[in-house]
Amino acid sequence: MLNFLAKRLVQIVPTLFFVSILIFSLQHLLPGDPALVMAGEERDPAVIAQIRAQYHLDQPFPVQYVYWIKGVLSGDFGESLRNKMPVLSLIAQKLPVTMQLAGMAIVIAFLIGIPAGIVSAVKKGTAWDYGANLFALWGISTPNFWLGIMLIFLFSIELGWLPASGYVPLSEDWRASLAATIMPAFVLGNAIAAILMRHTRSAMLQVLESDYVRTARAKGLSERAVILKHAMRNALTPIITLGALELGTLLSGAVLTEQIFSIPGFGKLIVDAVFNRDYAVVQGVVLVTATIYITLNLIADIAYILVNPRLRG
Amino acid sequence: MRIVLMAATAAALLLSLAANVQAETSLRIGLAEDPDILDPTMARTYVGRIVFAALCDKLFDIDEKLNIVPQLALSHETSADGKEVTIRLRPGVKFQDGEPLDAEAAKFSLERHLTFPGSFRKPELASVDHIDVVDPLTIKLVLKAPFSPLIAQLTDRAGMMVSPKAAKAEGDKFGLHPVCAGPYKFVERVQQDRIVLEKFADYWNKDNVFIDRIVYLPIVDPTVRLANLKSGGLDLIERVLATDLKDVRADSRLKVSSAIELGYQGVTLNIGKDKAKGPLSQSAKVRQALELSIDREAMNQVVFNGEFKPGNQWVSPEHPYYQADFPIRPRNVERAKALLKEAGVTPPVSVDFMVPKGPETEGTAQVMQAMAAEAGFDLKIRVTEFATSLKQAEAGEYQAYMLAWSGRIDPDGNSYVFLHSNAPQNYSAWNNAEADKALDDARLTTDMTQRKAIYAKLTKLEQEDEPILYLYHRRIIIAQTTKLEGYKQMPDGLVRVVGLKLK
Repeated sequence: MLNFLAKRLVQIVPTLFFVSILIFSLQHLLPGDPALVMAGEERDPAVIAQIRAQYHLDQPFPVQYVYWIKGVLSGDFGESLRNKMPVLSLIAQKLPVTMQLAGMAIVIAFLIGIPAGIVSAVKKGTAWDYGANLFALWGISTPNFWLGIMLIFLFSIELGWLPASGYVPLSEDWRASLAATIMPAFVLGNAIAAILMRHTRSAMLQVLESDYVRTARAKGLSERAVILKHAMRNALTPIITLGALELGTLLSGAVLTEQIFSIPGFGKLIVDAVFNRDYAVVQGVVLVTATIYITLNLIADIAYILVNPRLRG
Repeated sequence: MRIVLMAATAAALLLSLAANVQAETSLRIGLAEDPDILDPTMARTYVGRIVFAALCDKLFDIDEKLNIVPQLALSHETSADGKEVTIRLRPGVKFQDGEPLDAEAAKFSLERHLTFPGSFRKPELASVDHIDVVDPLTIKLVLKAPFSPLIAQLTDRAGMMVSPKAAKAEGDKFGLHPVCAGPYKFVERVQQDRIVLEKFADYWNKDNVFIDRIVYLPIVDPTVRLANLKSGGLDLIERVLATDLKDVRADSRLKVSSAIELGYQGVTLNIGKDKAKGPLSQSAKVRQALELSIDREAMNQVVFNGEFKPGNQWVSPEHPYYQADFPIRPRNVERAKALLKEAGVTPPVSVDFMVPKGPETEGTAQVMQAMAAEAGFDLKIRVTEFATSLKQAEAGEYQAYMLAWSGRIDPDGNSYVFLHSNAPQNYSAWNNAEADKALDDARLTTDMTQRKAIYAKLTKLEQEDEPILYLYHRRIIIAQTTKLEGYKQMPDGLVRVVGLKLK
């Protein structure tokens, strides 16, 4: 196990290095000039030249990369062109927001998706199954922005129960925080729940037809024990991977949902940064996201081993 | 007895707390974008100016009729040769950190605008050679040459005064904790989430400030912004869509304020930098034909429910500098066709039409495309992301480019940088010596009648050559709850907060 962990950790370094070069190059391939965008309506050539020099934008591409990566290695991700905030503090501001939203969404997804998947597999061919499938189809095919706006109309304007948008940190007022994030978390969780439900269903169906389940039944175990103790444990392995991948996607920011609900998370940060050609912010956010993604994958691998002892070999 | 007394004290305390909570009023304003840095020297966005309106007072301000009125300054006087401007400051004004706003501080602020690395105010104050302190409340701006738009520049960010103590201490990070002399002081900012300001107790005009806190919340989606206003999550929102106006007016809990913007929306026609040398760049007649093919009023009706103001100059028809002798030319397809024929061009005239992404720009472009097609133009709309379009406009990689300008108080701010042959934003690369002279002359003259006569010459030249086809002026639309009293909309679109009350 330790050996395995060490090997995986060593692999992370070249991956991140590759990511850093990739994001840096892709970013610079984008047409548009950060100094021009930054200048906005005030396009005085002298001022623009000054900005270019200040942020090394007038240097050749590899030199710019070296400036940046040197900073990153010493813990300085640079500062936002747009508002002079250090990139690391921007990330520190947004990460908890996105983590809260992603965490709530994934909990909602698991709470809906897994029971629905199990029920539809166990009650295959009944109204339960069709109902769950219908829900899954709806969840996958409903666009986030539409569902978001509909929820706002219903719960904020018509009923007045929840705030239409905005964010309150958990530490400030947990009730207000939950009220502000429940709708976006549901919108995000709903789509993932549908995917989880489909996968849980097919995994469960496969497992339920396997020999050891038949044996368990033959031993006279209760149906409940067969499903929860024997079948589900095996069926859950691919679902964990899927959940981890979905969580990774959520942590890289839910662009549309954050935009609609004005949640100041990663998604909003990166979209604004791309449109403003705020290079340092885009690079910093992508690097952090990649690290999170890789870490989550590692955790998923560890979770596999915990759930399925056969993989420990 | 003791228990009763304690209970009574506790109850009184609670009541007073409750009263305090009730007494604190908070105004929540929904912005269409997240502002850039809150440093008047480095700032460059329109939305940032909305926040500055509560945070940083300026030497001068404007009224509804675009007259320049005193704010931190009491008066100004220009010498006979136009090269010295003496400004008298309001006595007893303090910055939000308690520092006095005197002549030294004003000189410091102006010099910071002029010399700070990366200052965006430098071009606005380029005419200033140096600043002298005359007495503790008087400064003198000594100019390199007379510059009539100077006082108008001082009604905007260039006229904002910052605390020298804070500015020296914070350097280029001043915008993270700005200290000015406005009615509200900076409390906190969470990027893309909120900016919080609170009442400044020592403000020079504190008797007219009634609301305790202001919270600015950037909400990009206009539908969601409006939803927040309707659900009571916001008290005022800016940039309401013209198409949502009917809905807002129908709601008895909401109120609309509006004004025609200082800026314009238009199409820049590439004259000097068109690599393909298409007919549009080569012949003024072709450009005039394009203008004659357009019905601006119909465009306004179709895309904006008739709420905007069609226009054909760099200032709107409501502006004191509008040239009434050059009215909008009505649509005339036959004349347009004839002009194309005179220019020796066989239709369809293909035009690479670069349009920045956005519902309003794209809608306008499509209507224009349909209208121009009838006269023999084939406008090939190329929807381009904004940052990319700027780069291509600079490089001249377009034939027609839809471009907006948020507008300045003085007509010079709407014309010089786009039309002068040496100006940085002359994307059309129009080069007309007579026009350059008119633009330069207008900067030297302070008398309005004389200036207007000079601009009349420029208008004629512009309309003959057509480097920019002006289309319309947007209506600045602000929606607010009826609980908010005293709101007045100025043409610069800013949300002024002095005098506002929340019921």
